Amino acid sequence: MTFVGWSQIAIVLALVLAAAVPLSRLVARIYAGEDDVLARVALPVERVFYRLAGVEEAREQSWLAYAMAMLAFSIVGFLSLYALQRLQAYLPLNPQKFDNVPSDLAFNTSISFITNTNWQNYGGETTMSHLTQMLGLTVHNFLSAATGLAMAFALVRAFARSSATTVGNFWVDVTRITLRLLLPLSIVIALVMVALGVPQTLAGSVDATTLEGIKQTISIGPMASQEAIKELGTNGGGFMNANSAHPFENPNAWTDMLEIWALLLIPVASVIAFGRAVGDLRQGRAILATMAILLIVGVGAVYWAESAGNPILAALGLDPAGGNLEGKELRFGDAMSALFATATSSTSTGAVNTMHDSLTPLGGLVPMFNLLAGCIWPGGVGAGLYGFLVVVVIAVFVAGLMVGRTPEYLGKKIESREMKLAMFAVLIYPLSVLGFTAASVMLQTGLDSLNNTGPHGLSEILYAYASANANNGSAFAGLNGDTPWFNTTLGIVMLAGRFAYVIPVLALAGGLAAKKKAPPSAGTFPTTGPLFVGLLIGVVVILYLLQYFPALALGPIVEHFLMLGGKTF
Amino acid sequence: MSKVKPRGLFDSKILGPAAIDALRKLDPRQLARNPVIFVTEVVSLVVTGFFIRDCVTGEVSPLFSGQIAFWLWFTVLFANFAEAVAEGRGKAQAETLRRSRSDTRAKRYLDPANLNGLYEGVNALDLNVGDVVLVEAGEIIPGDGEIIEGLASVNEAAITGESAPVIREAGGDRSAVTGGTTVLSDGIKVRVTAAAGSSFLDRMIALVEGAERQKTPNELALSILLSGLTLIFLIVCVSLWPLASYSGTTLSVTVLIALLVCLIPTTIGGLLSAIGIAGMDRLIRFNVIATSGRAVEAAGDVDTLLLDKTGTITFGNRMADEFVAVAGVEERALAEAALLSSLADETPEGRSIVALATSRYGLTMTVDPAKTKIVPFSAHTRLSGVDLPGRSLRKGAVDSILREAGLAKDKAPAEFTQAVERISRAGGTPLAVCDNQRLLGVIHLKDIVKPDIRPRFAELRAMGIKTVMVTGDNPLTAAAIASEAGVDDFLAQATPEDKLAYIRKEQQGGRLIAMCGDGTNDAPALAQADVGVAMQTGTQAAREAGNMVDLDSDPTKLIEIVGIGKQLLMTRGSLTTFSIANDVAKYFAIIPALFIAKYHDELGALNVMGLHSDKSAILSAVIFNALIIVALIPLALKGVAYRPVGAAALLRRNLTIYGLGGIVAPFIGIKIIDVIVSVLHLA
Repeated sequence: MTFVGWSQIAIVLALVLAAAVPLSRLVARIYAGEDDVLARVALPVERVFYRLAGVEEAREQSWLAYAMAMLAFSIVGFLSLYALQRLQAYLPLNPQKFDNVPSDLAFNTSISFITNTNWQNYGGETTMSHLTQMLGLTVHNFLSAATGLAMAFALVRAFARSSATTVGNFWVDVTRITLRLLLPLSIVIALVMVALGVPQTLAGSVDATTLEGIKQTISIGPMASQEAIKELGTNGGGFMNANSAHPFENPNAWTDMLEIWALLLIPVASVIAFGRAVGDLRQGRAILATMAILLIVGVGAVYWAESAGNPILAALGLDPAGGNLEGKELRFGDAMSALFATATSSTSTGAVNTMHDSLTPLGGLVPMFNLLAGCIWPGGVGAGLYGFLVVVVIAVFVAGLMVGRTPEYLGKKIESREMKLAMFAVLIYPLSVLGFTAASVMLQTGLDSLNNTGPHGLSEILYAYASANANNGSAFAGLNGDTPWFNTTLGIVMLAGRFAYVIPVLALAGGLAAKKKAPPSAGTFPTTGPLFVGLLIGVVVILYLLQYFPALALGPIVEHFLMLGGKTF
Repeated sequence: MSKVKPRGLFDSKILGPAAIDALRKLDPRQLARNPVIFVTEVVSLVVTGFFIRDCVTGEVSPLFSGQIAFWLWFTVLFANFAEAVAEGRGKAQAETLRRSRSDTRAKRYLDPANLNGLYEGVNALDLNVGDVVLVEAGEIIPGDGEIIEGLASVNEAAITGESAPVIREAGGDRSAVTGGTTVLSDGIKVRVTAAAGSSFLDRMIALVEGAERQKTPNELALSILLSGLTLIFLIVCVSLWPLASYSGTTLSVTVLIALLVCLIPTTIGGLLSAIGIAGMDRLIRFNVIATSGRAVEAAGDVDTLLLDKTGTITFGNRMADEFVAVAGVEERALAEAALLSSLADETPEGRSIVALATSRYGLTMTVDPAKTKIVPFSAHTRLSGVDLPGRSLRKGAVDSILREAGLAKDKAPAEFTQAVERISRAGGTPLAVCDNQRLLGVIHLKDIVKPDIRPRFAELRAMGIKTVMVTGDNPLTAAAIASEAGVDDFLAQATPEDKLAYIRKEQQGGRLIAMCGDGTNDAPALAQADVGVAMQTGTQAAREAGNMVDLDSDPTKLIEIVGIGKQLLMTRGSLTTFSIANDVAKYFAIIPALFIAKYHDELGALNVMGLHSDKSAILSAVIFNALIIVALIPLALKGVAYRPVGAAALLRRNLTIYGLGGIVAPFIGIKIIDVIVSVLHLA
């Protein structure tokens, strides 16, 4: 670890915060539907959509109607994306003449993009036509992120309102988020990307002649536009198979910093906006501080583990000063790789600028733990906020009793209905992740996909399901996921991780919105300040460590000690 | 019952039956109510099966599975035992109550409309609602009812434990009588208002026995959390088998079960219902009966306390506080005149004047009754006094005395007018005194605020509870007393409708309200309040409307009731936190042990406690898990100490003790048990 490395990390995180504070005002205004300059520009366009879709702008929905709208929207998205892939060979904008995508892969990919996961069991530049990339994948990069934030809006309204029967209008929320937040920001970032050297073209590829005189076909395409929303919407689905490690997607240190900044931006801004929406900035700050500590400790751990390197390689005569550089881009180095790996797994982005499979065991443990916890510090666009609030509800319930009152958060009592729904949501995680990991290691078809045996093989499978479940999309790429078993089960896990989680959350929102908001007093459980932050960290760590400690012990932890003992497998 | 000898925490009369009850509670149909312990019972059965198999086949030493099975059953039994002990204390109480109910005979009028007619002797159990019975001195009142004729002193010790008799009479707020209490003097005619089996006493017995016990809202929510955690750990343990087998270790079901039981929150799961029952029990020992556990929980949540001024904040009677004489009159002379004029005044105010004059000026006056003519107070004259030979002493309302002295209001001495104004402003009552039509001065009758009440309100404020004084006084007086007592708000010239409106307004703002009351006109407000404490001396309507009854009829208890409610919730939260925090250490004990064969050197590094062997590590964790329930039973029954400080301070304290303590304690405990286990060669 070096001072320069830490400075780089600090600068990027400081820039995130500096931008997130003003952006949170915008998010809060979109949340409230306030009239401002942006609204006046966007409104005529939005009204056209409302009229086309027959949406009554002013009419709010109950949680159930909101959830149904979200589901209907996602189903239509899934079907259209699936159709697009299955028919791409007959459709225009396919300069490389790619075939139709096979059915299990199209199934997996469609789920992957409507759930904001962007798990990619394919190489983008060798599988998807430009039309599929632009009209399918990029569009869903916007819509899945907007959907996530809309869900968070619904939950935030539940806490902000008192005795309310509605939680907002899904169609209005999604439209506003897309047109007022995601689209303008991604246009700006895409242009900056282009300026920094990321290709943006409709051409399919360029031919080059290498020094040896061999003709090489280099894929290019509309990359800057996809890159911008890939990070901004915490999607992570790369145009290229190598994702942000590819010199076109992420050519230099500036784009690298820009990408990390962009993927943290909206999640952080939404947390601050949450404070604004509930009328107490300290509430947002407490949650943000918790997230920041978890994130920074993670970055530190990865950075430390990676710069400590691998004693097995050192024993072979490799200079240990360089740290573990396997799977890393030298133009980024281990500090920015550590930050990228932690940020991408702490949000549900899943873009990578370094191969997580090649991280040291403890370096890989951090992203894996981030995924197992559901990517909630600060999490995906919207998904991080509502995911974290569920944890807050559980933490407040347990600890809140200790002050001798029925637990309440932001004046809303946490009672049996809330606990039921929160536990429903939380249960999905171990059920999906541990269940399918266990099934995969028992089945030959699962084991056949492994490139590594031993604990690392287990880590690869565990990572895959954790990633799918948390709608992250990054991978320990030693695992071949493009098999019917993994395409299907990962698809199911992605669906569960998104919808089986968010529907209880929306039901929770419905119940909470209907409750009266009790005013705070000296007897109210304090949900701001260092004590609460410490409590939240404790609950998060214990809650998730207890669930996954055995699996982690058999994966990265044992691998770490094996590495120290000089054993490989 | 405060007057009945309180039972110790571990009275042998309770422990014996509780041990038997603990066995009876093994019935899975009963245990299914408690998912955590139910799961523990099921897996105990499974391990017992393995133990028997090991004994029969002899392939593996049955020592290990036998011990695990033993400690698992131990866990279940002690969880049951905790509940049984908590219930046992209620049962003992109910037994005392039941004794006063048995075999009462009643004299029932043949015609309820004709109370001078004949009556017949019937069994109390055969009485119906609407029957009228005659109860005479020395007889037990056969059922709950309302006096329609007569007056009697009644011993209510059976209910309240208080042996001093109370007066009950027809009409007004003191007309309700309770079945099981005894008439000491006179006779009353009572209309029965509750059928046998649903009387107040019956309901009380049912409540203390816990026969109607249902999970309270918070208990239900906590059970859901615990069930959820149990499910999660079930998934963890079941999925661990394939993960282990992939890693080259075949785990036995016994050790997986050991891991499962250590992880699921057995500590709080086992103690949860005991905590709830003990909370009700604490109230009962405090002589307050809650009609539901829900009410006890609500008490912990209370944001606003509506307190009647009289009896709670002030002593209830105005008392003489000072004498202010007009110019030219000695204070002592005024005191003497006041004393004389009050000699025949048996009202509390009158007595307080005598007391003040005697104590402050050392006056002792005796008069010859034969030469004294007493002038009683009348609403018309609004003054009272005595006529002695040559002296006519009067005290009374300022206007009346001025008229008596022949002074126009504006002609009264300036210092007198000023004193009167000052007293009124301070919330007191000025009482003027004159001697033979000569104005002497004024007595300051003051509502004396109880000396210890102000710090208690400060405590309540620290707890975040707003106190509101309810009084019939005018706003000026009310404000003065409110500021002296340190309440946050007051409701002056309050009618029952005002109270109800105030409660509704507070509830609209999301606050929970507690109040106490005794009159029939309090009933709507008692019913509307989240915690309504009716006084035992109050009317039947009030007792029906409230969700608690205070047998001592002491309105200040409201404050303690809030504390008991908070303590109940705190105990639950603290033990839950402790239970979950315990899991960390258990992982460090069990995980290295599970994979010792395959990864001895690698995961051995996680054996931070340096436990002796894999088997002793697992066994020690299971034993710790069982013993911690036993160790925490007293805490569950007594409750976590509650201090009236703010929520932040409470949280810090409890989080340190039960959170951090919960993480650290098992590391030490498991290590100690491991040493013992290995010394004894148990594993």
